[in-house]
Amino acid sequence: MSKINAILKGTLDWVDERFPLTSNWKAHLSEYYAPKNFNFWYFFGSLAMLVLVIQIVTGIFLTMHFKPDASLNAAGVPVAFASVEYIMRDVPWGWLIRYMHSTGASAFFLVVYLHMFRGMLYGSYRKPRELIWIFGIIIFLALMAEAFFGYLLPWGQMSFWGAQVIVNLFSAIPLIGPDLSIWLRGDYVVGDATLNRFFAFHVVAVPMVLLGLVAAHIIALHEVGSNNPDGIEIKKKKDANGIPLDGIPFHPYYSVKDIVGVIVFLMVFSVVVFFMPEGGGYFLEYNNFFPADPLVTPPHIAPVWYFTPYYSLLRAVTYPLFGIDAKFWGVVAMGAGTLIFAFLPWLDRSPVKSIRYRGPLTKWLLSIWVVGFFILGFLGTKDPSYQFFGFIPGAPVAQLLSVYYFLFFLTMPIWSSLDRCKPEPDRVTMK
Amino acid sequence: MSCDDTVDCGRRRLLVATAAAGGVAGVAVAVPFVASMLPSERAKAAGAPVEVDISKLGPGQMMTVEWRGKPVWIINRTKEQLDSLPKIDDQLADPKSDKNMQPEYAKNETRSIKPEILVAVGICTHLGCSPTEKFKTGADSGIAPDWPGGFFCPCHGSTFDLAGRVYKSKPAPDNLEIPPHMYLGDAKIVIGEDKKA
Repeated sequence: MSKINAILKGTLDWVDERFPLTSNWKAHLSEYYAPKNFNFWYFFGSLAMLVLVIQIVTGIFLTMHFKPDASLNAAGVPVAFASVEYIMRDVPWGWLIRYMHSTGASAFFLVVYLHMFRGMLYGSYRKPRELIWIFGIIIFLALMAEAFFGYLLPWGQMSFWGAQVIVNLFSAIPLIGPDLSIWLRGDYVVGDATLNRFFAFHVVAVPMVLLGLVAAHIIALHEVGSNNPDGIEIKKKKDANGIPLDGIPFHPYYSVKDIVGVIVFLMVFSVVVFFMPEGGGYFLEYNNFFPADPLVTPPHIAPVWYFTPYYSLLRAVTYPLFGIDAKFWGVVAMGAGTLIFAFLPWLDRSPVKSIRYRGPLTKWLLSIWVVGFFILGFLGTKDPSYQFFGFIPGAPVAQLLSVYYFLFFLTMPIWSSLDRCKPEPDRVTMK
Repeated sequence: MSCDDTVDCGRRRLLVATAAAGGVAGVAVAVPFVASMLPSERAKAAGAPVEVDISKLGPGQMMTVEWRGKPVWIINRTKEQLDSLPKIDDQLADPKSDKNMQPEYAKNETRSIKPEILVAVGICTHLGCSPTEKFKTGADSGIAPDWPGGFFCPCHGSTFDLAGRVYKSKPAPDNLEIPPHMYLGDAKIVIGEDKKA
């Protein structure tokens, strides 16, 4: 045994003299000290990385059979649409790989939304973690781009009209808008050129950007250290060896904890993949089982669930301002609705970070905001003429909630500093 | 920057000049890549005019043809439908078609060459969905009790009248586009061309 150990040690030493393997292992895993009081909310970062891996692996195998081609085959069906059906029906296990990929898209947004909400609960965006947060928001934007480009590829009715609407958003920009949207499509209408370039963005360009951003996100995190549910800095109380008193090594403590999260996640994921891959029309929309038809818009079009809150913001603006069309301001509202998260580190003026020590004002305003976000998301899946219980019109409700959505952020410097906060503890608490 | 023993200004100038030249070269190399995403020559060439026979289009009927990949509607409006047009002017954003969304010869009350025949691009001026026809009038339409007939965009709820004019306070900013078109005899329309022959 000792001989084998000696060979292994010798090999490791040989590598370490040429590549910082052991030192990186220590810096990021075995001697990265994370607060000992992580709770349920701290599963979603590692789960997001797991989903990223699932998407990349399933995506590679899907590209082996998918054809980004909008021309019609001998049967009169667009080649891209037919190749997806071929994957579903003729490729061995193709249905599983594709359902994992389509379910993975929804799972990605679910875990990322929960991960972001964790940051909002515990003030994880506050100094010194502003850059981690900003990298995170850019990851979120890249993820939205990735989902949007990917959604065109099956070349169904929702693919086509969804892309048509989103590319046309850019035509709302004054002066350069119309030319910009032609440049994005590569044609005067969404067509073969659009499908091909979206394929390139979806499988090559955006994934590379995503991987780079994830690396930056984690490097920044490991530089400043993780926040925790108490929102206090564990690095302020260290032992004689300079190790935070409330810190435990990420590996094995949190690597093992995360495995529990992974198993629960995979159970839920498998239920969806095997028993409800269409997610009731929310994960795979019914109209996308029809091939793209540029002459007929489906009677009801709505984005996939993860875009619907922003879609509601877009639809809420119906008045022109400063002589520019309402549609431009709708686009601005939608863009601002996603970008405004990036300013949280500077909008939040509270003396404490965590929701545990913040006052009733914050708790109420945040709760209303979350409910509003859900209602906006719900209304985004509905027709513009939708009425709650058949008599409360949805459109004004969406407008009211859109105003609240932005006021919540814009007035945050005031209410966050006014709130009655409780004193923070010196050391983390285990509740 | 001051030139002294530690800073060699000659080398600094060379560095700045090299970096600037490199930057210019970098931008120049980006141009072909950006330009490669513009519509190709083939995409530009597609878009020939379309000839349509409308002899079988009865009053109150509508047909859709494809021109440059877009749906173009041809609607044969009835007398009642035409009569309803001027009555709703006050509900419309641009009742007189002042914005340049039609050729000069279609800038009139009916937005057409022949009063009853409307030729319009069936693409909502908001974000490019194709509106649905809602020719039923009144409450049956599901839109408004006094709905005179027109079009409803399923994407964001914009409504248009039977001349493709957009209603006020809707997301769509402009009336539907009237494409260049002309008649070859009574029952044949050419869409995409309007040379006065």
